[in-house]
Amino acid sequence: MKLNIITSVITFFYFTVNKIEVECLIKLFHTLVVEPSDRHAIIGLDRNMFRNILHVTFGMTDDMIMDRVFRAFDTDNDSCVSVTEWVEGLSIFLRGTLEEKMKYCFEVYDLNGDGYISREEMFHMLKNSLLKQPSEEDPDEGIKDLVEITLKKMDYDHDGKLSYTDFEKAVRDENLLLEAFGPCLPDIKVLNHFCMKPGEKENTSAY
Amino acid sequence: MGVALTRAAQWTSAGSGTGTLELTPLNESLLNDIIKFAENFSSRHPQEAVFFSLYEVSFYSSSGTTVQSEERDKDGQPLLLLTASTIKVRSFGQLSRLLHVAMEKKLKEAQACLQANRDPIVKILGPGYGTIEGEDMSMLRLLDRMKKDDDPDTEIKMKISLLLQQLDMQLLNSSLKHISQKVRLSPAAVKNEVDLLKHFSGEGEDTVLESLEYTSEYEFSNGCRAPPWRQVHGEICYLIVKPHDTDPLYITCSTAGVFLNGEKDDIDYERKSDICKDLITLLRERSPKFVENMAKQVFDAEDVGQAQKFYDYSEKNVFEKTKSPLVKSKPIDKKLEPSLKWKNVGLPASQDKVSEKSDEISESSSESEEDEEQPERHQEGNTDLPSEYWQIQKLVKYIKGGNQTATVIALCSMRDFNLAQETCQLAIRDVGGLEVLINLLDTEEIKCKIGSLKILKEISQNSQIRRTIADFGGLQIMVKILDSPDKDLKCLAAETIANVARFKRARRTVRQYGGIKRLVGLLDCVPLGSANLTPRQEKDIEVARCGALALWSCSKSTKNKEAIRRAGGIPLLARLLKSPHANMLTPVVGTLQECASEPSYRLAIKTERMIENLVKNLSGENEELQMHCASAIFKCAEDEETRDLVRHHGGLQPLAILLSNSENKELLAAVTGAIWKCAISRENVTKFREYKAIETLVVLLTDQPEEVLVNVVGALGECCQEPANRAIIRKCGGIPPLVNLLTGTNKALLVNVTKAVGACATEPENMMIIDRLDGVRLLWSLLKNPHPDVQASAAWAICPCIENAKDAGEMVRSFVGGLELIVSLLKSENKEVLASVCAAITNIAKDEENLAVITDHGVVPLLSKLANTVSEIFLNNDKLRKPKLLALATEKAKYG
Repeated sequence: MKLNIITSVITFFYFTVNKIEVECLIKLFHTLVVEPSDRHAIIGLDRNMFRNILHVTFGMTDDMIMDRVFRAFDTDNDSCVSVTEWVEGLSIFLRGTLEEKMKYCFEVYDLNGDGYISREEMFHMLKNSLLKQPSEEDPDEGIKDLVEITLKKMDYDHDGKLSYTDFEKAVRDENLLLEAFGPCLPDIKVLNHFCMKPGEKENTSAY
Repeated sequence: MGVALTRAAQWTSAGSGTGTLELTPLNESLLNDIIKFAENFSSRHPQEAVFFSLYEVSFYSSSGTTVQSEERDKDGQPLLLLTASTIKVRSFGQLSRLLHVAMEKKLKEAQACLQANRDPIVKILGPGYGTIEGEDMSMLRLLDRMKKDDDPDTEIKMKISLLLQQLDMQLLNSSLKHISQKVRLSPAAVKNEVDLLKHFSGEGEDTVLESLEYTSEYEFSNGCRAPPWRQVHGEICYLIVKPHDTDPLYITCSTAGVFLNGEKDDIDYERKSDICKDLITLLRERSPKFVENMAKQVFDAEDVGQAQKFYDYSEKNVFEKTKSPLVKSKPIDKKLEPSLKWKNVGLPASQDKVSEKSDEISESSSESEEDEEQPERHQEGNTDLPSEYWQIQKLVKYIKGGNQTATVIALCSMRDFNLAQETCQLAIRDVGGLEVLINLLDTEEIKCKIGSLKILKEISQNSQIRRTIADFGGLQIMVKILDSPDKDLKCLAAETIANVARFKRARRTVRQYGGIKRLVGLLDCVPLGSANLTPRQEKDIEVARCGALALWSCSKSTKNKEAIRRAGGIPLLARLLKSPHANMLTPVVGTLQECASEPSYRLAIKTERMIENLVKNLSGENEELQMHCASAIFKCAEDEETRDLVRHHGGLQPLAILLSNSENKELLAAVTGAIWKCAISRENVTKFREYKAIETLVVLLTDQPEEVLVNVVGALGECCQEPANRAIIRKCGGIPPLVNLLTGTNKALLVNVTKAVGACATEPENMMIIDRLDGVRLLWSLLKNPHPDVQASAAWAICPCIENAKDAGEMVRSFVGGLELIVSLLKSENKEVLASVCAAITNIAKDEENLAVITDHGVVPLLSKLANTVSEIFLNNDKLRKPKLLALATEKAKYG
């Protein structure tokens, strides 16, 4: 069977997720993917479907972050998450080591993909994180200040932007900073639900 | 005290009938003075303490049984009678004992006593001595009577009367000090304050109060709104205040200050809270939202003048600066929270540490559950706030007003401050950060909870912060977090509880909210011996360690010890005791040694084979751990089997080795204590002699703190029961320092020293040295010590001295008044004292001349009065041998 081949190949590369789990993920993928009408179209999840899954299953809300998660999953940039990309991505989501998660998060946060998280990018990601206070003259003042605080905390080489080295060092020092610029990994509760034994899962997976 | 009580004490006027003595600060200090007087009465004036008052002083108390004292007066009435609802006390001695027993309820008892006895002097001395305003002739009358007849009662009465008048004077003086500090409010001041607050009240988020209304619209011409019959009590007006965050407050403004009344539907004039100096102070205490919004108000207010006025009322001193034009150019300055209770960063921090430390020692070494009361430090005048203050304030703002992402960033950034420093700890509190941090614990966001706990864990090193956390209900939430599936979260919560639960109220809260059970639950992890642990198992062990830390703090309260036992904590602690890691062992052994004050734990430590592990850890590297092990052995080795177990597991040698580490005094106190208790078994003493522990103990007789000395001397006392050791002590010069210690004052030390000296005196060679150093005279003078234990121990020690001294009879006679003193001790109530004194008298009576002297002092009637008790004592006490009794009896017959 084709499925088995894929499974074995994927298991070979992504041994952090065990074989049964990979099978489950693939099954899940196929229940999620709507059979394309055109036989030649690529089988996969497009941006909207994927965002919907992120929102419903993993409880993410920030549009921009969800877009970035899609880009991070879609490694070959074909605007479609294939089954391999799906398993790769979810293996980080569910069983990723800190190392893998750091790489993934950095990729999500590096909006323009230039290898640095700049002040502007931070501002962009944090702009909705504070309650607006009507009393303040400049509504963005708080956000700007928050960006400076973050840089002070994470920018070890003082070049005014975060390199991956900076990010890695900061996160190793304080794990809470892994998702410093917005939630892009599943919540622990979702995770617990997701990682239940396959048997238990059949009963509860309504999605 | 009569005048002070009628004039100075504040009796509630509102109630009808007797009136009650409420606990205002003034009354409290009066009561405390009276308590201090009554408590120390029996030790300071022992003669007057036995005075039988004709009229009893009755209390109202809550206990339900009937108890009477053995001590009776001339007519056979018990001196203390405790019935269902009242206590009757008929002598000062009993009164001071009662107060001792009442412990922390002292204040209540004194209050009840004075309420029931409005003029205690009449009760004590009789109706002729009532408190009279103006010229008081009673003293003169008393003096006359005393001259006329020499009734000893009258003399004592006179003395008591004088003492009471002295107290009265003292009380008046101190209450005068209180009264002069008071602020008097006027109707105009209240009106101003109310108008001002109204200006900032109303609907909406940012106002300081929802509403503020007078109960009465009508204003009298003098500015008061209270009805005239209440105005005579100094009341000005009544207010109904609705804050944003609490139930409506019903407030009375009176000339004495502002307080809550008991209004629900109709005005109830009875005072329900402390008196505050003004309305804002009261609201500030009741409503956190008020404090918070008040700071905002000023910032938003367009009218700087108005704001200025606001502060003038709110805080007298802090806002001096706002009067300068500087304010307008730097509006941020005004955002400053008006209650900055911190200043002088360096000094208080260090003081704090010192007091904290002594606190913990006293707690762990004894059972006293004293609360560490840290006085709030008020800032006087204006100071430049450290820059951290502003940064922390900003971060708290982001935590409060941010989503999860912003909150986590702000929390992480806050951890970069030096949270061990008091400036930062108090800054977090003063900008309202503690509340925010505790609120985060109640959310669903695990990251926020972790971030918040990481900060709380650090700053709860500060005792003021601990109190505030407990006040905000932080403990309840943290106890709940212990159920979380996230192990990091559990660890942090347990560690923070360990810090916060260092005072009694917090420990009680933990227990009442089911914290003990949950903490004991954390201890349950994999068997520790196994070699390769998975990361998951390692995490479980870490959780157990944090649980043990929290239990260690909690175990300082007796009820918690019981709760830990009932939750099944003992077997789990026994299992963790096998851990090879000091960081696990320290809290586990710490908890065990704390709990070893309870017999149930001592039994469990023996039966669950924990002695073996305790002994093993005595020879480790970690001094703290060694100390806890030693003090656990100290507490457990009262039991004979336990002492044998310590020897079987080879614990005596490490103890002897640890003696040489004389730098760490806490460790030394624990080790010497363990040696003392172990030395009660003879086999152990033999071992200690082998390890040359006796020589080392003798060295420790000088230049050591009292805690160490008590144990060292106790140990030597036990060792001395063997003749060989008595010689060793003599040879290494132990007798002079021992005799020297007889001049001390510590009761426990004196009991041990007398025992040791007595044991040494059984060797004639030692006795020569003791005699030369005048040791017998010192022992004899200890018969005058107020503690019966010391008296008895000294009397026992005198026996061998008389037996072994040369010219003992002559020596005894040379003590002026000595024989009279020892005979007078036959009047003691303490059986041990009686037994020991009888033994000493038996020895004294061997000398014919001395026998004559003691007969003159009336020893025969005293002994025959005691006949029944004595024979009972003699039969039960193997220290006294029959022949001597017989000898004494024959001598008695000769003279009597």
